[in-house]
Amino acid sequence: MEVAYLIETVIKVVVILLIFSALAGIGTYFERKILAFMQRRLGPMNVGPYGLLQVAADGIKLFTKEDIIPSGVVAPIFKIAPVITASTAFMAAAAIPFLPQFEIFGYTVHPIVADINIGILYILGIMGVGLYGPLLGGMASANKFSLLSAARGAAVFISYEVVTGLSILAPIMMVGSLSLIDFNEYQLENGWIVFNLYGVGFIAFILFWIAAFAETGRTPFHLIANDHEIIDGFGTEYSGMRWGLFFIGEYANMFFISFVIPLLFLGGYGDGSILGALALLGKVAFFFFFFLWVRAAWPDVRPDQLMWLCWKVLMPIAVVNILLAAIIMI
Amino acid sequence: MFEAIAFYLFAFLTALMFFITVTTSQALHALTALAAGMIFISAFFFILGADFLGAVQIVVYSGAVMALYAFGMMFFDTTRDVKEKQGNKYIIAGLSIVSAILVVLIFAAPMVTDNITALYPMTEGVGNTQDVGMVLFTKYLVPFEVAAVMLLVAMVAGIVLAGKKMDASLTEMSEAEIEEINTRELS
Repeated sequence: MEVAYLIETVIKVVVILLIFSALAGIGTYFERKILAFMQRRLGPMNVGPYGLLQVAADGIKLFTKEDIIPSGVVAPIFKIAPVITASTAFMAAAAIPFLPQFEIFGYTVHPIVADINIGILYILGIMGVGLYGPLLGGMASANKFSLLSAARGAAVFISYEVVTGLSILAPIMMVGSLSLIDFNEYQLENGWIVFNLYGVGFIAFILFWIAAFAETGRTPFHLIANDHEIIDGFGTEYSGMRWGLFFIGEYANMFFISFVIPLLFLGGYGDGSILGALALLGKVAFFFFFFLWVRAAWPDVRPDQLMWLCWKVLMPIAVVNILLAAIIMI
Repeated sequence: MFEAIAFYLFAFLTALMFFITVTTSQALHALTALAAGMIFISAFFFILGADFLGAVQIVVYSGAVMALYAFGMMFFDTTRDVKEKQGNKYIIAGLSIVSAILVVLIFAAPMVTDNITALYPMTEGVGNTQDVGMVLFTKYLVPFEVAAVMLLVAMVAGIVLAGKKMDASLTEMSEAEIEEINTRELS
């Protein structure tokens, strides 16, 4: 049993790693295409049919580019920073149930690597650690723009974490558990959390959704990378695959948070049938698309505006929301 | 067997990280090693089945060390070595001896005396999260609430000290207004 369990876990880890690394690459293709269509352009067209092989071309370029460590940087930290971003994104995935359990050749498979009973706390904590990548990369780079970007990373980190933490408290109070599988079971019996408790669930959902943009560092909270300075913030000094690891981490995080939002608020995979699994994938696709849609439609905010939004607007709403949930549940 | 492997791996890593934190003269190395050590400690909680404490360890300390990074950014050029002032050698030696004695005491206490027992053993059938909640809101209710009040006081004090010109934004002012403020402060 022990050996079978070990083999099963290793296979699951490898499958998740492969699928989401590949999805991160394909995600860049989707992003370019969708942004292009929204801005009345064509996007990548030349490499392969509809530009589909652009992903492969990018991959070859990233893998074969020279890996430069500039003089003056703190080399050990500079080298390890991209690894932190990419690895923490995948570590967080360990507690996400990607699909309902299914049987294959008479063997029941649970598509979750480790069903620890504090799943959501673990996922958010590890995803938060992921912001150490930009911070360390920026601080180790010996470059003023990178340092600025690192400072913005710290500002983003201390702003959004309070909102994520407080916004999921109301749903946790309803469910009475921190495991995402328990969340799914609860919503199967009592309906989606978004519609529960006279709008309390809906407010929590909106708050968590907004915070998710800061968590993954997407527009309108894409201030870690200072796009308007026409450089790449913490990534300015990076080249080749080290820069690519930052990229994989960011896109994997986007996919994982797109899984977490429906699992928390929108019924997850429902009753566990094939239809439920497809519904979950559909919701994930919608949230991923929404990330890209917002990027096409909105400008970035300034760091002080983000802190104002998180601390002065969202946090009080979240606190009042928790109080409301408690009063209604009594 | 896996637990033993994981324990020795993380024990070695944690000790190594804190050793680097203490010995290095590079602010960025020290901070990063500190953060890594704090996060590796959570592995022991996970091995012991205390999932909640493990996750809280990660959440709390990743945020706390992030604040240290902000200070590091303000006070040092983090890409250069920091020249440390070697203070009184007697104080260093004395503190080392005291901490060594404390470590020995902590390890020896459960072996020497029988007075130390777990007053609140794990409740059967409930998870780690519920267990923490029960102890926190029964036996340790008063320290918990006092800690909350202290944090509130610290927060209010911080806002009062730092928030004198909180609503003024340099980005939204015109050059003339900034000039005016500067001359007023200089005079």
